[in-house]
Amino acid sequence: MTKLLNEFSVGERGVIKTVSGEGKIRRRLFDMGVTPGAEVLLRKKAPLGDPLELTIRGYELTLRKTEAACVLMEVKE
Amino acid sequence: MKKFALAGNPNCGKTTLFNLLTGSTAYVGNWPGVTVDKREGTYKRGEEPVKIVDLPGIYSLSPYTPEEVISRNFILDEKPDCVINIVDATNLERNLYLTTQLMEIDVPVIIALNMMDAVEKAGDRIDAKELEKKIGLPVVQISALKNTGIKELMDRAIKISDEPREGKTVLHDSPLAHLVRDVSIALKGAKVEAPLFHAVKLAEMDEIEVKMHPELVSMVDAFKATFKDDTFGSDLEAVVADARYKYISANYSTAYERRKRGEVLTKSDKADKILTHKIWGIPIFLVILFAIFHLTFSEDLFFIGAMSGGRLPTLFGAVEEGGLGLEENAWTTLLACFYDGAVFSPGVMITNLWTWCLDWVGELLGLATANAPLWVGSFVGDGIWGGLSAVLGFLPQILVLFLFFSILEDSGYMARVAFILDRIFRRFGLSGRAFMPMIMGFGCSLPAMINTRTLADDNERTATIRVIPMFSCGAKLPILTAIAGGIVQYFGVGNADLITYGMYLVGIVTAIVCVILMRSTTMRGEVPPFIMELPAYHLPLFKGLMIHLWDKTKHFVKKAFTIIFASTIVIWFLSSFSWNWKFLLQDAQELFESDPVLYASLEGVEGLVNMHMENSILGSIGMLIQPLFTPLGFGSQLGKAGWVFAVAALTGLVAKENVIATFGTLAASVAGAYIATDEGIAEAVAMISATGITIPALISFIAFNMVTIPCFAACATAKSELPKGKFSWTLLFWLVTSYIVGTVIYLVGSWWWTVFIVLAVIAAAVLGLVLWNRKHPVALSAEESEEALLEEAAVAEEEK
Repeated sequence: MTKLLNEFSVGERGVIKTVSGEGKIRRRLFDMGVTPGAEVLLRKKAPLGDPLELTIRGYELTLRKTEAACVLMEVKE
Repeated sequence: MKKFALAGNPNCGKTTLFNLLTGSTAYVGNWPGVTVDKREGTYKRGEEPVKIVDLPGIYSLSPYTPEEVISRNFILDEKPDCVINIVDATNLERNLYLTTQLMEIDVPVIIALNMMDAVEKAGDRIDAKELEKKIGLPVVQISALKNTGIKELMDRAIKISDEPREGKTVLHDSPLAHLVRDVSIALKGAKVEAPLFHAVKLAEMDEIEVKMHPELVSMVDAFKATFKDDTFGSDLEAVVADARYKYISANYSTAYERRKRGEVLTKSDKADKILTHKIWGIPIFLVILFAIFHLTFSEDLFFIGAMSGGRLPTLFGAVEEGGLGLEENAWTTLLACFYDGAVFSPGVMITNLWTWCLDWVGELLGLATANAPLWVGSFVGDGIWGGLSAVLGFLPQILVLFLFFSILEDSGYMARVAFILDRIFRRFGLSGRAFMPMIMGFGCSLPAMINTRTLADDNERTATIRVIPMFSCGAKLPILTAIAGGIVQYFGVGNADLITYGMYLVGIVTAIVCVILMRSTTMRGEVPPFIMELPAYHLPLFKGLMIHLWDKTKHFVKKAFTIIFASTIVIWFLSSFSWNWKFLLQDAQELFESDPVLYASLEGVEGLVNMHMENSILGSIGMLIQPLFTPLGFGSQLGKAGWVFAVAALTGLVAKENVIATFGTLAASVAGAYIATDEGIAEAVAMISATGITIPALISFIAFNMVTIPCFAACATAKSELPKGKFSWTLLFWLVTSYIVGTVIYLVGSWWWTVFIVLAVIAAAVLGLVLWNRKHPVALSAEESEEALLEEAAVAEEEK
């Protein structure tokens, strides 16, 4: 099953399928290790619901829901 | 001398290693054209001294942030003899991503595997030899924190710096290998240095490369037209990033031996669970913030004095009034730096001690110039020292405030603050990181403006720096308390505390409105992205903090002795001389001596000078600009005496507490009496009764001083922190904003029905803005339009 990263709920895991988005943001995502094939765990949401905190490639990354919407995920059961 | 560059991700321990290598030889400068710190120093413990340049912390060599461009240009143009790539061993995978880019440049690279102690503590093992073999670069295990492996690192770095190295790429297995090879051969033919690096970046269609080698773009385009990957299509940038990470995971997994374990929560995870808790996260943050301000500025630590109900004795008060009745001498004055009816906060204690020292220097200066001509004494005492000590007096509290914020920054909590608050700030077109500089503005604008360096986006930085002065700083508080107190005492209405809080609120609201306005007019554009690492929490290093503070002190003192110094002398000159070059103090002295009995009632010479302040150049400038303030309520309607408000606002440029001090001296001139009280309320009352100013005009005067051009120290900082060419606009922005805010307050306060006019004007302005913005949508940024063009070209070619 695939869905966008911004639709994930806390504790859900998945593998990145594709990364879309505008040049600068996409490049930044790549540089931070958000590339297809990487495993992602949605660790938590900020107290106001946004941004999100992920565990990816062994470290913690935060991004907004709008940026997470660029990432298509394959959900891991 | 050989030159080594330190490169690595943020939070990888780079600064700690730099401090370790360079010790006291380090100094901080600026990279040309941008406000990014450039740290340099010398390593002296080897066979030969080596110059060390600390490159900014980066994740990649992309062309999007100033830090990345600086690092890239430094390595390519200045050709360091060796690049020391610091790699956080606890986070090997992402850190090696930068390594795979660095190794493409024709420069010797050595990997410093930092934080090995943390890896071993977790029970994991990294085989450095194995990693060295796989990556093809020398790898040395170090711990910058525990000072191990440093000698070996530097010895090997010095050794390899003599052997030129040709760039290598990890893309040799990827489908792009042919393209990269062909382009790099073409570049080599054109005698370009580091051809491989440029070739890979060209394949990524990197902005800078495309501009530098437009002739080779067609090669990439031709390849793109024929290339189709299963996952990425013709997206070469993604292919490259993917290839790098694939290479890393393939090679580091054999070198990294992870101890088998379940999901164990580290200390950092546990701390994070509480600090960013869904419900408690924000309250905890507010408490931390309050504690910082309390420890820096409070004159009643932990409210001990208030809780005792005033039973704690004051030092010098009479015994029957609950004092100790101590005599004032050196020891009791020293004691009074720490306690007087209540225990002071550490920030206030240090400030008191510091002020004591400054006063002592001032007295010495007075003694030294006692026999000199009158104007020399005044020049040295009032002009030079008066201005300098007013500015230097802030230093302790600025440093204490900065220390607390550095602790938050170094411990990793600051990134979480941005995480918690981003949601709120996005509404105003800023990111969560803008919060800290703004809140620091309540203490002092200087550290606040310097702290905007943590903001990635230029527009965001400019907008933040511009509104920082509106968060009323500590020096503006005396204006508030004195005038609010004056209003309550003279008119017998309202509550001084309520007026004070209300004015703070006016400042905050003005700031928010200004940010929204800027983001929808001159600084339109996307909300800056928020993609950020949340580093693991750790205890900040004492040495690192001290180096941090020392840098700030140097920065501040340098400013105090240049721009601020010059401007205080100008103000002194303008206020002590009349247009016919007469020194006013001299005049007063002569007048006093002519009839000492008659003038004795005016507190002697000083009172006389102040009575004749209107003769000074500053006084006449005040009278000249007085009509300008008519819409704000303290202009021509106040009649002849109204110029004092204009002059007070002018002297506020040196330091904001001068506004009330000026009231004190000028009260003699307009009210005929020399008054000086601690709180400045009596001065304010004298002013009010002498000029007949109204309440709305007084409120407007406070608001004007709060929002307008800040003190010279803050202006100087703003000038150096703002992007080029933005400073004069910023000055104008401050003036116009404060003028409008003052006018609105005065109009609405004096004639309540004008509120409808104001609302109508605002509505019309908002409507105009919305319509205009709809007609002129945000233009595509250069890079986007370029991309669109390229895509069109590709489509056209395909059709052929």
